Amino acid sequence: MAGFDESIRHLLRRAGFGASPQELAYYGELGRPAAVEALVDYGQFDDDVDAFIGAPGYVSVTARGTFAPNTVINDARQRWLFRMVHSARPLEEKMTLFWHNHFATAYSKVAGAYGASDATRLMAAKASEDPAKQQGQVETIRKMCMGSFRDLVIAMAKDPAMLVWLDGRFNTRQKPQENFGRELMELFSMGVGFYTESDVYAAARVFTGWNLKRTAAGTGDLSPVYEFAYNAASHETSAKTFSFPVYADGSRTIPSRSAADGMQDGIDLITGVVSYPATARRLVTRLWNCFVSELNPPPEAFVNEIADAYLANNYDLRLVMRRLLRSADFRDEANYFTKYSWPAEFVARSLKEVGWAGFSVNDAVSQMVNMGQVLYEPPDVAGWEQGPGWVSTGGMLARLNFAAQISKAQVTGLVNAVKPYAKTPDAVLSYFLDRLTPSPYDNAAYGDLRSYLTASGAWTGSDTQLRTKVPGLVHLIVGSGEYLFV
Amino acid sequence: MAMTRREFLRNGAGAFTIGLAAPAFLAELARAQGAGSRSLVVLYFGGGNDALSTLVPYTDTFYYSRRPTIAIPAGDALQIGFDRGKTALGLHPRLTGLRAIFDDGRLGIIQRTGYENSSRSHFLGQDIWGSANPVNPQTNGWLGRYLDTLPSPVNPLVAWDALREVPRALMGDHVSVPAIALASAYTYASPNAGTEAALERSYTQRIASHVPADRPHLAFVNGSIDAAMNTLDKVALVTKYESSLTYPTSGLGVTMKTVAGAIAKGVGTKVFWVQLGGFDTHASETTAYPKLMTELNDAVSAFYSDLRSQGLLNQVLLMTFSEFGRRAYENGSVGCDHGAAGLMFVMGGAVRGGLYGTAASLNPDPKNPTLENSGGDVHYETDFRSVYARVADGWLGTDSTALLGGDFRRPDLAFI
Repeated sequence: MAGFDESIRHLLRRAGFGASPQELAYYGELGRPAAVEALVDYGQFDDDVDAFIGAPGYVSVTARGTFAPNTVINDARQRWLFRMVHSARPLEEKMTLFWHNHFATAYSKVAGAYGASDATRLMAAKASEDPAKQQGQVETIRKMCMGSFRDLVIAMAKDPAMLVWLDGRFNTRQKPQENFGRELMELFSMGVGFYTESDVYAAARVFTGWNLKRTAAGTGDLSPVYEFAYNAASHETSAKTFSFPVYADGSRTIPSRSAADGMQDGIDLITGVVSYPATARRLVTRLWNCFVSELNPPPEAFVNEIADAYLANNYDLRLVMRRLLRSADFRDEANYFTKYSWPAEFVARSLKEVGWAGFSVNDAVSQMVNMGQVLYEPPDVAGWEQGPGWVSTGGMLARLNFAAQISKAQVTGLVNAVKPYAKTPDAVLSYFLDRLTPSPYDNAAYGDLRSYLTASGAWTGSDTQLRTKVPGLVHLIVGSGEYLFV
Repeated sequence: MAMTRREFLRNGAGAFTIGLAAPAFLAELARAQGAGSRSLVVLYFGGGNDALSTLVPYTDTFYYSRRPTIAIPAGDALQIGFDRGKTALGLHPRLTGLRAIFDDGRLGIIQRTGYENSSRSHFLGQDIWGSANPVNPQTNGWLGRYLDTLPSPVNPLVAWDALREVPRALMGDHVSVPAIALASAYTYASPNAGTEAALERSYTQRIASHVPADRPHLAFVNGSIDAAMNTLDKVALVTKYESSLTYPTSGLGVTMKTVAGAIAKGVGTKVFWVQLGGFDTHASETTAYPKLMTELNDAVSAFYSDLRSQGLLNQVLLMTFSEFGRRAYENGSVGCDHGAAGLMFVMGGAVRGGLYGTAASLNPDPKNPTLENSGGDVHYETDFRSVYARVADGWLGTDSTALLGGDFRRPDLAFI
């Protein structure tokens, strides 16, 4: 473990979910530039992580009856955590999580409309595993998370779960419904300050008729198909004028069109907002906060450069991410440990670093409720409150308690691993600081960790002592503020 | 009702003031005693409450013409009389318990609360209501600023946030508010047992007690861990609270029982923050809204009765708000979109109940001064900061003009 460039660990904490010893060895051998390529160009690695669910050597899942991640939301949550821990494409999972937060759609509202099983399908089903080839929203995101942002927004505008979540299915010319049109501008693209209330009303009219269709083969069909359907009869055909340019020539008006052609209104508006400079800058800033730093603001030159690259390359997210991860700002040591880990990052990383033998991600799913992040259930359309927003007394207790749970589950493995260093408490501490990669402890906190090891008796390094002090130490480290930062 | 001396001391003289013709000096005593142990419970209706379904202007014909499918039928509204503008008003039919509290004179309803140029964004709206600063809403919260004025050392449980994240309203410079969404899960686990577990707990706190000056973000996280450790035992005490009353098992019911427990156990909390979500009723309001009103009514009624039976009602002021009201007319999905002014409830033993302010006329005439946005949304009449000001001056005992950065006091808004 030791000897690898700290920049590799930093890269994997950000572009992935931390590193297991095997991952650290693999990416360390590649070296930084090749590691970035391997993470970004992940298509070279098999997309087969789900095949290992339930296999020995992997973190386990807990099913009530059959494990059914396409129709039972708790199982979908377990599958996603499993992928975060084990995927050979960590950046794919990270980007999927990033966009899940960006297009924050909550399962519960979809379940209110179509029931628990279909709502899980609409959020999480893999088309290849669904009897009706239904693809859940987050699977769509996973497939498109590094493609064109324009294509991604269009896919989200047509996504059945989104059409339920933001009530697009009720948006008709008789009664335009503002929910989606507002959030498209406020949250999905340019942000507050760049559009007006009358733009919201116009955007609502633009998307009139964007609906979904549910097709069942009969009353007994347990897997009806939900798909986007443009309903021309519901579309409002008059021209729509905005306060910002919608078209490349600067025109602010979407022309009046026949109802049959009216779906183009929405495509035009999406194209307009994704190509708006404020959208580019907002996206770059959000990516900076998720991948580079929440404590240090992005330099103007960084925002300009990446925003320009986004605008000049058809909103290509893979190109954006490659530039970001290769940038001097990303590599700058001043940006190490300057991000508050999301609960999903914290859970996956600690499992990779502490170990997962005999542990079920189901226990993580329940602790994540108290940490403040339930996958497929963002609190509202703005997504999770990040940065210091993750930090609360209850949230910190939940992280501490998760650390207690995994350190207890890994006693034997941790004790065996540290035995070669068990002669002195300093060596034990040094081993775990290296293995668990917390941000640096100041002298006083380091002294506390050191004194914990001998607080209840002189150091002997006996099995009995190790079996008490090792999980206790791991609990203290993983539950500390220093570990929270990535 | 027999009461031992010990119970008298514990429950306070307030126990005598309800339902009995208590001697005047006892009532005074109760009030004076309450000053030191007053609690404010803020209940936030998340998502933008449709105030026109909460408090129904059931004789306004425009109410029915503009809301043909979502209007509450006149015959169903729980009539509570007229406001000073002579508009007849009724509560949502599910609010039977709140009506009873209104009849007790302990529920105030402040109509058309809001502010100029009301934001239709949930998030900006929350920040504005939280900071009490429409111009610069990305600042500390109005209650956080209040907590910052309290003399040190501050009780670590001086405020109790019943959410998983801390809302802007509670953000301050000095006091970090514990987030205790579920008191029963607010515990410290250890891989060890007995003295070793206790040792770990003490070391968790020792490590978190360091506040490195050059790493303010780490100091902030450590402050949260430290606050968690300092509040564990008191919260555990609250979880032992047994009420003689049955609370509903809904999320809000469980939370209100916990709040009552914290008040009854005397843990010294001055501000509670509670949320009921789901008010963003763009669609299917006729299904969703009655459920919300039931959850609200049953939880708050139980809370009220519980406190009253223990003589604690005079120690509590409950105040509700939402980030905006909803549109005057319905949309095509049996719901309504984001609007402007809403309403606020205030409830407690010291509240002067009744209707404050005047209802909007829903006449769509663009010149109708009680509406805005071309007759689409309800225009505010009472600046929400005037309500905050009354709470600050009349309940929290802090100077509202300093707290709110301006004079929002309104003598006619004497609900407490």
